[in-house]
Amino acid sequence: MTSDIAAILAIDGIATGAVYALVAIGTVLIFTVTRVIFIPFGDIAAFTALTLAALDAKRFPGTGALVVVLACLATLIEIISLIRSGDIRLLPRALLFYLAIPLAVVGIAWLTMRMDPPLAVRLVLALMLITPIAPLLDRIVFRPIADGTVLLLLTVSVALHFALVGLGLLFFGPEGVRTEPLTSFSTEFAGVLISGQTMLIVIAALAFSGLLYLFFDFTLVGKSLRATAVNRTGSRLMGIRPARAGTIAYLLGSLMAGVSGILIAPVNTVFYDSGFLIGLKAFVGAIVGGMTSYPGAAIGAVGVGILESFASFQSSALKDVIVFSLLIPILIWRSLASLHSEEEIEE
Amino acid sequence: MSQMLSMTDVTVCYDNVEAVRNVSLSVDEGQIVTVIGPNGAGKTTLLMAAIGLLASRGSMVFRGNDIRKMSVEDRVERRLCLVPEKRELFSDMSVADNLLLGSYSLRDRSGVQRTLDEVYDRFPRLRERQRQAAGTLSGGERQMLALGRALMAKPALLMLDEPSLGLAPLIVREIFRTIASLRDLGVSILLVEQNARAALETADYGYVLETGEVVQSGPAKDLIHDPRLITAYLGGH
Repeated sequence: MTSDIAAILAIDGIATGAVYALVAIGTVLIFTVTRVIFIPFGDIAAFTALTLAALDAKRFPGTGALVVVLACLATLIEIISLIRSGDIRLLPRALLFYLAIPLAVVGIAWLTMRMDPPLAVRLVLALMLITPIAPLLDRIVFRPIADGTVLLLLTVSVALHFALVGLGLLFFGPEGVRTEPLTSFSTEFAGVLISGQTMLIVIAALAFSGLLYLFFDFTLVGKSLRATAVNRTGSRLMGIRPARAGTIAYLLGSLMAGVSGILIAPVNTVFYDSGFLIGLKAFVGAIVGGMTSYPGAAIGAVGVGILESFASFQSSALKDVIVFSLLIPILIWRSLASLHSEEEIEE
Repeated sequence: MSQMLSMTDVTVCYDNVEAVRNVSLSVDEGQIVTVIGPNGAGKTTLLMAAIGLLASRGSMVFRGNDIRKMSVEDRVERRLCLVPEKRELFSDMSVADNLLLGSYSLRDRSGVQRTLDEVYDRFPRLRERQRQAAGTLSGGERQMLALGRALMAKPALLMLDEPSLGLAPLIVREIFRTIASLRDLGVSILLVEQNARAALETADYGYVLETGEVVQSGPAKDLIHDPRLITAYLGGH
């Protein structure tokens, strides 16, 4: 391998890793706030790409129907829950958040689509349609078992992923899609050609990570999410509702997964089931950060991207084997590291 | 003097075991009420039920509202606050962020900065360490932070679970001085404490809890001279 090829592979790896980083940060966000290892995050990213491709082809995407079905289900469950607990006064709020807003989003997307919107608007529409899915799934699937063990939540999360893959096939069909590049700009750096799309991916990953940092450090809502992640009982004693914190975390996480889906769609062919590998590779990155550290998850995800890029050059057939083999030394290292930290915490 | 909290025949179970049995107690406005008793008597369980972290039977009325079926968050919004035995601080976050989160339940946020300044004036050590992570504080400082964080919510009734636990005697005196001074601010306090003497010296009224039941109650100044309590809890002969 020459240094030129190594540089090209490294740049390619950083770009792929940046996409994984967005999903990994979302995964950590959801896990720390809700204890759910949200496996379907990759599916959300893939669905965004498929949604954008449908909008590009002037077809209303199946995501709209999915949001409507999930909104109706979530509203029904919320109403039953409110009636059981005797909190009927919260009914208008439930109808607003679980029914009116998601339906309004679908309605706006449907109406806007008829006006043949430009690419920038289609990007916004794709993100708008995808963002309600995870919070609605949270209400339907995870909130009734919120006090369950992490293992139970993980098992349900895996089951949910398979359900979403089936729905993906139903709503988007078996064909793969590749959307048009967001930019045709390219530049040469140290003799290596860097495409504008690659630069856009890295810039978007850095920008969203930066925005998330500002949100967590400078807003009360961001701090309340961190508090819920650090100490659930303590945050409840401050009046912070874990369910609300979870919804915000799912919204933010979905947005990040959606952005990663939009970024990856022009460089990779995305199928209805492509999300699993995206999610799993991001999960490997998140594990590097111990499922709790955002910078750790981002660095881990970029590392996974670079490893994948070099592995696919050496042996395309074995690239996934090489990437997932990384889990074994990481888990051994993490288990040894966590033993140390537990000893240190003891007073 | 109006009644702040009234618990009547409250029973709390862990699985099938009754940890608290038919306990009735009340706290009036501006009053410090203490619950003393040995380890495992059900004191912490009683507070956990009062804040809503544990389900209970019986009646629980706070400022005229039946709160027994309310969520923890709804009780906090009604200004019923608990400083738990384990403090439950946000250890990775700064002292300033911990205090700010204490005010999370307040809808009117115009007075938050003023309350923060008041807390810093009350605990100057917290002002010095405002950028430091809560997890790096000493035991006494953590207790000050837990108290300060609860005060940020402008509580009508503050429930304190073993505030002196694990602290040096000098710090314990400071904490009890602070608790006594809160009464002057109009904050009612329900104090659960193993340090019975310090608790009764600070409180207006006391309850003695043994094996989940109230076995004795009365004005704190009477209980502190009660021969049985002196023998059992106050280190007398």
